[in-house]
Amino acid sequence: MAKYHITTRINGDDVEFLCAPEQTLLDVLRDDLRLTGSKEGCASGDCGACSVTIDGRLVCSCLVLAAEVGGQEIETIEGMADGDRLHPLQQKFLDFAALQCGVCTPGFLIAAKALLDRNSNPSETEVRYWLAGNLCRCTGYDKIVRAVLDTAADMRD
Amino acid sequence: MARIVLTGNLQLHTEGVSELELDVNTIRQLMRQLSTRYPGLPADFEDEVAVSIDGTIYQDDWFAEIAPDSEVHLLPRIGGG
Amino acid sequence: MTDSNKTPSGNGTGNGKDYKWVGTRAVRPDGVDKVTGRAKFGADLHLPNMLVGKVLRSPHAHAHIRSIDTSAAEALSGVKAVITRDDFSDQPKGAVQPAGEMTINYRDMVRNVMAREKALYEGHAIAAVAAVDARIAAKALSLIKVDFEVLPHVIDPVAAMESGAPIIQEDLMTEGMEQSPGAMTNIAKRVEFGHGDVAVGFAEADVVIEREFTTQPVHQAYIEPHACVASMTEDGQGELWLSTQGHYVARGHCATLLGLDVSKLRVQASEIGGGFGGKTVVYLEPLALALSRKACQPVKMAMTREEVFRATGPTSGAHLWVKVGATNDGRITAADAVLKYQAGAFPGSPVAQGAQCAFAPYELNHVRTIGYDILVNRAKVAAYRAPGAPIAEYATESVMDEIAGVIGMDPLEFRLKNAPKQGSQSSYGPKFPVIGCIETLEAARDHDHYQSPLKAGQGRGVATGYWFNIGGQTSATLNLSEDGSVALVLGTVDVGGTRASLSMMAAEELGIDLDKVRPMIGDTSALGYNMLTGGSRVTFAGGIAVVGAAQDLIGTLKDRAAKFWDIPVDDVEWAEGEARATNGYTDNMQPLSLQEIAKDMAKTGGPIVGAHSINAQGAGPSFGTHVVDVDVDRETGRVWVTRYTVVQDAGKAIHPSYVEGQYQGGAVQGIGWALNEEYIYDDKGRLENAGFLDYRVPVCSDVPMIDTVIVEVANPTHPYGVRGVGETPIVPPMAAISNALANALGIRFTDLPMSPPRVLAAIKAANGDATTAS
Ligand code: FES
Ligand code: FES
Repeated sequence: MAKYHITTRINGDDVEFLCAPEQTLLDVLRDDLRLTGSKEGCASGDCGACSVTIDGRLVCSCLVLAAEVGGQEIETIEGMADGDRLHPLQQKFLDFAALQCGVCTPGFLIAAKALLDRNSNPSETEVRYWLAGNLCRCTGYDKIVRAVLDTAADMRD
Repeated sequence: MARIVLTGNLQLHTEGVSELELDVNTIRQLMRQLSTRYPGLPADFEDEVAVSIDGTIYQDDWFAEIAPDSEVHLLPRIGGG
Repeated sequence: MTDSNKTPSGNGTGNGKDYKWVGTRAVRPDGVDKVTGRAKFGADLHLPNMLVGKVLRSPHAHAHIRSIDTSAAEALSGVKAVITRDDFSDQPKGAVQPAGEMTINYRDMVRNVMAREKALYEGHAIAAVAAVDARIAAKALSLIKVDFEVLPHVIDPVAAMESGAPIIQEDLMTEGMEQSPGAMTNIAKRVEFGHGDVAVGFAEADVVIEREFTTQPVHQAYIEPHACVASMTEDGQGELWLSTQGHYVARGHCATLLGLDVSKLRVQASEIGGGFGGKTVVYLEPLALALSRKACQPVKMAMTREEVFRATGPTSGAHLWVKVGATNDGRITAADAVLKYQAGAFPGSPVAQGAQCAFAPYELNHVRTIGYDILVNRAKVAAYRAPGAPIAEYATESVMDEIAGVIGMDPLEFRLKNAPKQGSQSSYGPKFPVIGCIETLEAARDHDHYQSPLKAGQGRGVATGYWFNIGGQTSATLNLSEDGSVALVLGTVDVGGTRASLSMMAAEELGIDLDKVRPMIGDTSALGYNMLTGGSRVTFAGGIAVVGAAQDLIGTLKDRAAKFWDIPVDDVEWAEGEARATNGYTDNMQPLSLQEIAKDMAKTGGPIVGAHSINAQGAGPSFGTHVVDVDVDRETGRVWVTRYTVVQDAGKAIHPSYVEGQYQGGAVQGIGWALNEEYIYDDKGRLENAGFLDYRVPVCSDVPMIDTVIVEVANPTHPYGVRGVGETPIVPPMAAISNALANALGIRFTDLPMSPPRVLAAIKAANGDATTAS
């Protein structure tokens, strides 16, 4: 079966790949480009472990067809730190122990960054509803929410 | 003589006895004496039990010591999540 | 960051000292990998020439498998191997072997990983294929022809006990019960615990309450589905990479099922994306190894979320009967319970542990608990956090709350009046060692949450939970590097911060900086045996192993220093990361730091290694008490948890943040179990909600902050006083929330989950609207 040739940008780099029509962006990221930081928890848009941004928009990469992303700007967890400087959210997640197993963490970080990019002063309720598409089974969310609120406060200063 | 209490459903293999006194110094001696006294106990019964000696729980520890006045309970083996 | 968390001081060996690392909130050593996407989980490994494996699963809850025709699948281009029941030798009958935490019946296990005579539940594996890509593997599955003879099925445990119920395992004999020869049954086991005479106790009671409850199966719902990569070579050696709570245990299971020498299989645990008990067993791994053995290529297998729900262990659903008697002044005179737990298609529900824990938070003269382990047509249960205890204690703690209400006593004072302490006879037999039941109850009672007024319409509930915790086989090694830094090799999978807690104990013992200790989880060839991460055992048993390894290392360091100074080793002490000469030698002998000894270790005798292997005993049991406030939307039946506090005895919190994390995570899983989560089957025994959309685990906007109080009553069998903490937090929530709902609505719920339709129906029924109540 013919494959599509896609040219796009991922974490600031030009990337080309071939994909089958039914392959999702998550499949291509993980299996072809070996960017395995985005996780598959459900493949149905329910867990957020595969969260990435496309042109700044937060999406579940398991719900995006790879063939659709030509010419767009994709950000994944692999691009979140700036060289050897962790993004403030990444550092805060460490300081606040906002992860246990860590499999949900890339998705939460991408989603939280998308929130803070839009709203530098979210309320606890806003954080909770924004992150409601990301499942964490380990932490009970408490430390994640605190980490996001505290990062927002730091970044405002 | 240590006081031995059998719980769970072990007494079905011990002619209904669920409490007895035995002269044993270790869990291994306890297991041997029980098997000898009650041939109805399954061959691998000791793999299915935990042993509490005076409230401290042991699993798979033949040489844990049993004092003459110890109270010993045989419980179902404990696993976890 | 967690101002609300008080840490009352304990009374044992581990407390009252100033530690440099123990008790701090250090950043975990594996943290950066996990916030940057570097950490490799089960599905993140890619090997050259790797195939993709997929499983064909039974669409029927119960069916004979007359034949399986794989010829068309095998003929498909790109298919490299197809396996069925014929690729696994049967295991001897009746043989159980100790393996991991429990004894294992490998005859059952070989049937669970691949159906033989019958498909016993929807999702039961029938065949598996390995192909060059996922699309071809899926196509190959569709070409496999299975001739099923569909049989009647049963899911409900009470229905499964009735005579005439469909029989799941024709040769099953009930353990622990007389059974007439030739009779067939689904009752795998009966157990009984207790002491005294409940009839005598009930005769002394002023108030007796008797209730029946049901719970539904709930899944561990770890976010990472099961995944592995297996690679067998032509000479019969193999490597396995998998997401597991115990790679040594997985190695043993796989070697047995494949007929391999255990040491021929090298197993590496990936990072694990949650387990909660559900990754203590094997499902895909023996299949991947068998496929790889046939294809002589590496095979990756990963479950879909739907497969996780259908084919891997949720915990039991249950039917529970509880009767409690008390005097008007609040003394419990008798407690009695009968627990019927679903085992799934093979024996092994956690009913014995449920029966033991059911009344553990009480000191009782007359108590009895009876448990039944019942086969039904659903996936075999797997452990789920304090296996068995949450189900039993949901029912018993509901009745305790009700009886306290009837006699007009505060529910925490009622519990305090009947609480066990060191030396009390437990409800399951032995006397308790040092425990913190009273301390946690008092801390809950005195907490601001319990003292604060409720808003109109809200309700408050409390419940106490108990769990044993375990120890077990554990090995650890400290390898000293030439610059004085130390590699800590562990064999226990890190599910949520144990690299941190174990490194902290190593640094504390050695007197060095935490960042000089680099922990790693070795593969099965790197260390002696390690039991799995489960039973809340790793910080306890692993801590003992690490402290032992550090002491072993220090012994060698002192020995080298003694040689260097040419003095007796007894005149050398180790303190603050250096060897010091004692006994009058100090003038001309400067202390030797770890770095200095390390630099010269070649000249003083060679590599310096500290190792320790143990079978840890005497795990400290843990009590927790939860306080919860709820609000109920009277229009929809939706229950909102508005405030939640977990109070639990940790013995000693090595890393308080990760202890709090266990409390918070367990509480939220319990909120899900109480309010939403359940397996829903259609009339053919097929799961109707095998996805996160319909099997709804709590999301961030469902829950409030979870306050925590770490009580520390030191466990005397651990050098720092540690008790396990990971499991007890899931025990109290279901009863605490049910009790809060009763407080809010004046309605007692006896069925889980307390989902909106059920709550709404109950509200309407209470208001006299009989048409919608059910
Ligand atoms: S994997 Fe995409 S939302 Fe779950
Ligand atoms: S930390 Fe494990 S799922 Fe969030």
